Amino acid sequence: MPEQGVPMSVTITVNGMPRTIDVDPDKPLLWALREDMKLPGTKFGCGAGLCGACTVMMDGDAIRACQTPVGSIAGKAVTTIEHVATTPVGRRVSEAWAALDVPQCGYCQAGQIMSATALLTQIPAPTPEQIDGAMSGNICRCATYLRIRAAIAKAATGEAA
Amino acid sequence: MSTRVHLDRRGFLTVSLLGGTALAFDACVPLSAQGAEQGAGQGAPGVLNAFVRIAPDNAITIGAKNPEIGQGIRTMLPMLIAEELDADWAQVRIAQTLADDAVYGPQVAGGSRATPVNWLPMRRVGAAARQMILNAAAAEWGVEAATLTTERGHVVAAASGRRAPYAAFAVRAAALPAPDMATVPLKAARDFRIIGTAQPGVDTPAIVAGKPLFGIDTDLPNMVHAAIAISPVFGGTITALDDAAVRAIPGVVAVVRLNSGLAAANGADDAVAVVADSWWTAAQARQKLAIAWAPPAAGGDHATASYERTAATLLDGEPRHDLARIGDAAAALKGAHRVVTARYDYPFLAHATLEPQNCTALFADGKLELWAPSQAPAAGRKATARALGIAPEAITIHMPRIGGGFGRRLMNDYMVQAALIAKAVPGRPVKLLYDRTDDIRHDCYRPAGWHRLTAGLDAKGAIAAITDHFVSFGHDGEPAIAAEMSPFEFPAQLVPAVHYGATYMPTTMPTGWLRAPTSNAMAFTFQGFLDEVALAAGCDLPELLRRTLGEPRTLPPPERGAAFDTGRARRVIDAVCTRAGWRGGRATPGGAKTGKGRGFGFYFSHAGYFAEVVDITVVDKTTIRVDKVWVAGDVGSHVINPLNAVHQVQGSVIDGIAQALAGQKIDVVAGAVAQENFGDFPLLRIDAAPRAVDVTFVPSDAAPTGLGEPALPPVIPAIANAVFDATGRRLRSLPLRLA
Repeated sequence: MPEQGVPMSVTITVNGMPRTIDVDPDKPLLWALREDMKLPGTKFGCGAGLCGACTVMMDGDAIRACQTPVGSIAGKAVTTIEHVATTPVGRRVSEAWAALDVPQCGYCQAGQIMSATALLTQIPAPTPEQIDGAMSGNICRCATYLRIRAAIAKAATGEAA
Repeated sequence: MSTRVHLDRRGFLTVSLLGGTALAFDACVPLSAQGAEQGAGQGAPGVLNAFVRIAPDNAITIGAKNPEIGQGIRTMLPMLIAEELDADWAQVRIAQTLADDAVYGPQVAGGSRATPVNWLPMRRVGAAARQMILNAAAAEWGVEAATLTTERGHVVAAASGRRAPYAAFAVRAAALPAPDMATVPLKAARDFRIIGTAQPGVDTPAIVAGKPLFGIDTDLPNMVHAAIAISPVFGGTITALDDAAVRAIPGVVAVVRLNSGLAAANGADDAVAVVADSWWTAAQARQKLAIAWAPPAAGGDHATASYERTAATLLDGEPRHDLARIGDAAAALKGAHRVVTARYDYPFLAHATLEPQNCTALFADGKLELWAPSQAPAAGRKATARALGIAPEAITIHMPRIGGGFGRRLMNDYMVQAALIAKAVPGRPVKLLYDRTDDIRHDCYRPAGWHRLTAGLDAKGAIAAITDHFVSFGHDGEPAIAAEMSPFEFPAQLVPAVHYGATYMPTTMPTGWLRAPTSNAMAFTFQGFLDEVALAAGCDLPELLRRTLGEPRTLPPPERGAAFDTGRARRVIDAVCTRAGWRGGRATPGGAKTGKGRGFGFYFSHAGYFAEVVDITVVDKTTIRVDKVWVAGDVGSHVINPLNAVHQVQGSVIDGIAQALAGQKIDVVAGAVAQENFGDFPLLRIDAAPRAVDVTFVPSDAAPTGLGEPALPPVIPAIANAVFDATGRRLRSLPLRLA
């Protein structure tokens, strides 16, 4: 067991590249990404897994990076907003987001896009209820929800909702 | 591009080479009286300095001067310049300016004011630059300027068919005198090619790609990070601090005690900041601080429960302060055909911007540089200069994109704190970041309020008298920030007998402006109450409002703010009723069985007229679900960016739904805020958003006004009125709860 607070060497695959950092294993993945790997696209919103701003994908699932100790995911593959558009589903989601001008302040949108990409990876043609269900962990304080729904539908079908 | 423009008060263009490649010229124009925002000029005539740069490849860069909080201003203000410059919008690049109101004019994201303040000045900036290019081209080609025209960044001579890009004349144009800004010709509205077209946000591609745009993303060489422990009790002070354990933690750089004597005047309490080589380290280390706090010396029982008890007692009495007295309301009520009375109330609210408060500061050689997500950077400059004892001119302020404002960042407490911390670690940039609990517990809250309203109807069902006793917070007979009530509060100007009065309780809670301040509470109170009055009058609320509004006319303006036009109000009310198919009464016969209900609300704020209809379903007799909302709004002659305009309205409406239904409420216990995160201060989530928000704009002859706020207030009473329609129950307290 890694000792709490004592730095250890952790290797994870981030955006297709293996990255090794010396880090407190309890440090959340969010802060390891933002501070140690200089990937600030993943956002800090609540630090408690309540808002989804820090959502990234790990081995295809959406996870909350603020609730994931970096020491617990050694050897896993993480995809962040900076890289998501290199996947076919992520590209469709990102393009739909831009086409519908989804963002207002934009702060939550990285997390929204990651959750939407995970949803469409697992359910290529979700129902409206499935969209709301999968996206209800991601808060948008500007309330861009109508366009988030439409963009997911557009990315799923390739057509405007 | 260089983000700094030369200020030249004589008003001509100056040329400079930037970075050795790009040609720049600065259009310096006197601030027009019409565009001058109150307080910006401080007596001396200010200057508005818009920034246009034309590169040799004819790329046009336009400076965006206002803080971007998601209201779309970084797109909209440059659209105004580009329109009159006759630039090709698809080729325009946007650069954020520094905060410097002496150069750029007002740079505030507040009050939905940016549109009315900048509508003419920004267009004039573009028109002046275009005129100078035309003059330069005329000299170059040996023709009269009047024979030339422009087309998407090119000068065209109709007679000869000659055509050249603006860049060909940029050097010569920059040496010419600027035209008189007051008389520079502007396009006729029929010639607009950019204004009125749907334009996506200029930052949308960068946001979608996860680029570092926000204050929290500021990253500077040698930067350190600060977490902060602020007095949990408002107005509290530090009596003892043991930071030995914290200083021993690897990575900790400094522990900085922030003295309330410097910070409190700017809305900040005593605090201790831990500075470390990472924010995570700083935040962990902060937990090991041993701080003894003392409550404020003045004492007092500062708790939601005691505020509610006191308010209930005060409401029974007479108001201590008169706000409005018209006619003899008491006599009119005695003689009224019917009298309706009700009490309404609403809680403290936090802003809960999703990007927590943060600011990066570098103090070196007596100068301060700030990367400040602030809605009011000029006010922040003053507060920071005062706290540090340096001249305002010694402060440079960068304006990163802001992850939500909602009024929170009109207060610059976090900016002052960051500056004070930076002063303790000179030469190193320090980024202060609140965690979510800091953010919720150290806000400037929408003040709670309580109302006792009475209205009298005459035999014809018209309002003969209205009274309101408003209880909220304040000191020495003056309301706290955002606890004001206007003597003009609708329908005061349209009723023969009015008595509005207020009583203020003391509080240690810092209060502040929350999106559509005062209106977000007053709309609920008055439009909810007027729905009750309409029922007593035997009509529905739209009909009662039509009766009350009477003939189309403009009413005398209040001391601050826009005059009310009854005709514009009437038109949005009629428009939304048509659009929603409003028939009055219950939306669905047998609504009590189906749980379906429909409600209406109208409100005038921030110079915008908005009427809204809401359809709801009450599920399992407890959960209120909004199905659809219809909105009709009048914000003047032009909607500058219709795409963003619809987004602002939809976002405002859903923000209002959140205030009504998400369960938001800030409680005070022993002088401190009880809530700590989104678990106990819930924001609205996608599964509670309506299926559609239908938006119609009703144009009028008035100059365009802002859209960040005025669509929010009416939806709150519309929901409460819909609940009554569905259930027969009147909900007079926010947040709305059936259980």
